[in-house]
Amino acid sequence: MTRLAAAIEGIGVLGPGLDSWRSTAAVLTGARAYEPARTILPAPSALPSAERRRAGRVIKLALAVAAEAVAQAARPARSLSSVFASSGGDGDNCHEICTALTDTERSISPTRFHNSVHNAAAGYWSIANGCTEGSVTLCAYDGSFAAGLLEALSQVAQSRGPVLLVAYDSDYPPPLQLHRRIPDAFGLSLLLAPVDSTRALATLRAGLSPQPPTRLAHPALEALRLEIPAARGLPLLERLAHGGAGVIALDYLDTVRLAVEIGA
Amino acid sequence: MSPLRISHYTATSCLGAGLAATLAALENERSGLAACDFETVSLETQIGRVTGVDAVVLPPHLRAFDCRNNRLAQLGLDQDGFLAAVEASAGRWGRERIGVFIGTSTSGILETEIAYRARDSLGGDLPADFDYEHRQNSFSVSDYVRRRLELTGPAASLCTACSSSAKAFAVAQRLIDASLIDAAVVGGVDSLCLTTLYGFQALQLMARAACRPFDRGRDGLSIGEAAAFALIERAPPATRAADAETIFLLGAGESSDAHHMSAPHPEGAGARMAMQRALEVAGLTPADIDYINLHGTGTPSNDATEALAVGALFGADTPCSSTKAATGHTLGAAGALEAVICLLALRHGVLPAGLNLTELDPQCPINYLTRSRRASPVTALSNSFGFGGVNCALLFGRGVPA
Repeated sequence: MTRLAAAIEGIGVLGPGLDSWRSTAAVLTGARAYEPARTILPAPSALPSAERRRAGRVIKLALAVAAEAVAQAARPARSLSSVFASSGGDGDNCHEICTALTDTERSISPTRFHNSVHNAAAGYWSIANGCTEGSVTLCAYDGSFAAGLLEALSQVAQSRGPVLLVAYDSDYPPPLQLHRRIPDAFGLSLLLAPVDSTRALATLRAGLSPQPPTRLAHPALEALRLEIPAARGLPLLERLAHGGAGVIALDYLDTVRLAVEIGA
Repeated sequence: MSPLRISHYTATSCLGAGLAATLAALENERSGLAACDFETVSLETQIGRVTGVDAVVLPPHLRAFDCRNNRLAQLGLDQDGFLAAVEASAGRWGRERIGVFIGTSTSGILETEIAYRARDSLGGDLPADFDYEHRQNSFSVSDYVRRRLELTGPAASLCTACSSSAKAFAVAQRLIDASLIDAAVVGGVDSLCLTTLYGFQALQLMARAACRPFDRGRDGLSIGEAAAFALIERAPPATRAADAETIFLLGAGESSDAHHMSAPHPEGAGARMAMQRALEVAGLTPADIDYINLHGTGTPSNDATEALAVGALFGADTPCSSTKAATGHTLGAAGALEAVICLLALRHGVLPAGLNLTELDPQCPINYLTRSRRASPVTALSNSFGFGGVNCALLFGRGVPA
């Protein structure tokens, strides 16, 4: 099996009852009890004021987890190429546009329209950090995290430089909520770099595999994994939280998964 | 990167279904734009609508995917023997060794827009047959294509607005280079919907008559729809030497503007960097490029800044044109559609005209083609820039790569 290797230099997490990588690691190792609570999204202080006013929930989510991973790695954000992975993008914005289109006027605000692109979060991130490197935004429905990790790893292999991966998803408002049952916001960010990094928290090697995805032992966290596409990356975080080596499989498509070997 | 063989390709747009109709329109300087008659839209503008989309019937086992965008995808796949070419490739490499990467900006949002109109009579809910996963979600079109082609390798939709399907080439190329796959079906599928028509209207970026890229009096873009696909494959050195007519993807260059969500960088810095990087990856210089298919949307700011970037890098001699006055701006499909136009230029020796030009904007000192011209281009560059400031330039070449 051909595999792609990278070092992990930084991790960011935000989700229901999870406010940072540190607190999430404590929950994943059992050192702290999991107490589910509505995800708290911080204001995007890195954005210029005009953009800050225009930023919806998924923008805040993506920028917060990205900033946490980058801060941990102590690399300048402007130097990073990036991969943004999201199943649904900005559901609130989508709902507002579809509602406006039912009016006779069909008047959409310009801001709503430019926020409707799936890569809006990546655009705000690049503006906030003056980052002119390349950026990919992709979607593979429930497999979006694995698709994003695969693309980020292939970018590391190609550029031999650092790559920021940001996976994020948030709940749709009704009536779309009934048809895409995502209960809350969850974001996961990894700062990846070539394996010879001197700041590696861990290394990973990933390849395509037919093996079934790894489940989480904790029932509430396993529910989270299944309910929010970005949380399909939690088995990787669980392995990293415990430290040491191990192998897990991440959900991707019905025909293929992403097998990840973690080295200390 | 190692050059990748473009072993098959096809395009369907308002110019017609398949390569023959597309090539004939480009050679004859024909536009497919017409007054907007789409759905319930009442806007004074022109659109590039594909004929026959509504009549397409999806295979019974994939009926859950039925929406305008996936019908357009199927219409595109049915042209030019593309299905058979993919089957042959599956025989060469194995189905699990072929990826599917399709760019789209709005996927099947049209069906959601229509479903929202029924809410008042349904107590606020959507109709019972509403299917988010197989229609609205951005992955829908890539999922449809991989299932229709029975390919089991990695897949994703690329969603970087108007550079989406250019990115699809770059993403697939990385995975082939990394040996995770040996081939990929890449492309772009984007269909007309109310969000983009009324959205560009809100931004005051839509032309009233047909768009006029690089014209002094241009006043905006015309929206189109398209499905364009390419089969790209690993090219062992032996294959490369075998056929001087083989076309290769030589390089992809990517950058971000980091400037504004819907306005380009005022000096075209991001556009220039994307083109420069494509040249570097291919090991070519600006003087090596025989034709540039410009992003050229027809908005005042895009064309002005793109001309600055092209002029700074290439000077005023390299032949270039925007084909959007012929096809409309097909948004997430534009990167793949215009890549195919570059492939047609390389294969058939025609440099397509930029239509609807009365007077070249004096602020755009570039060698803009106002008539389609016979030539023997060996290299062609295609520019795609999207909202969020996300840029991608693709570089194609004919014959044995240098």
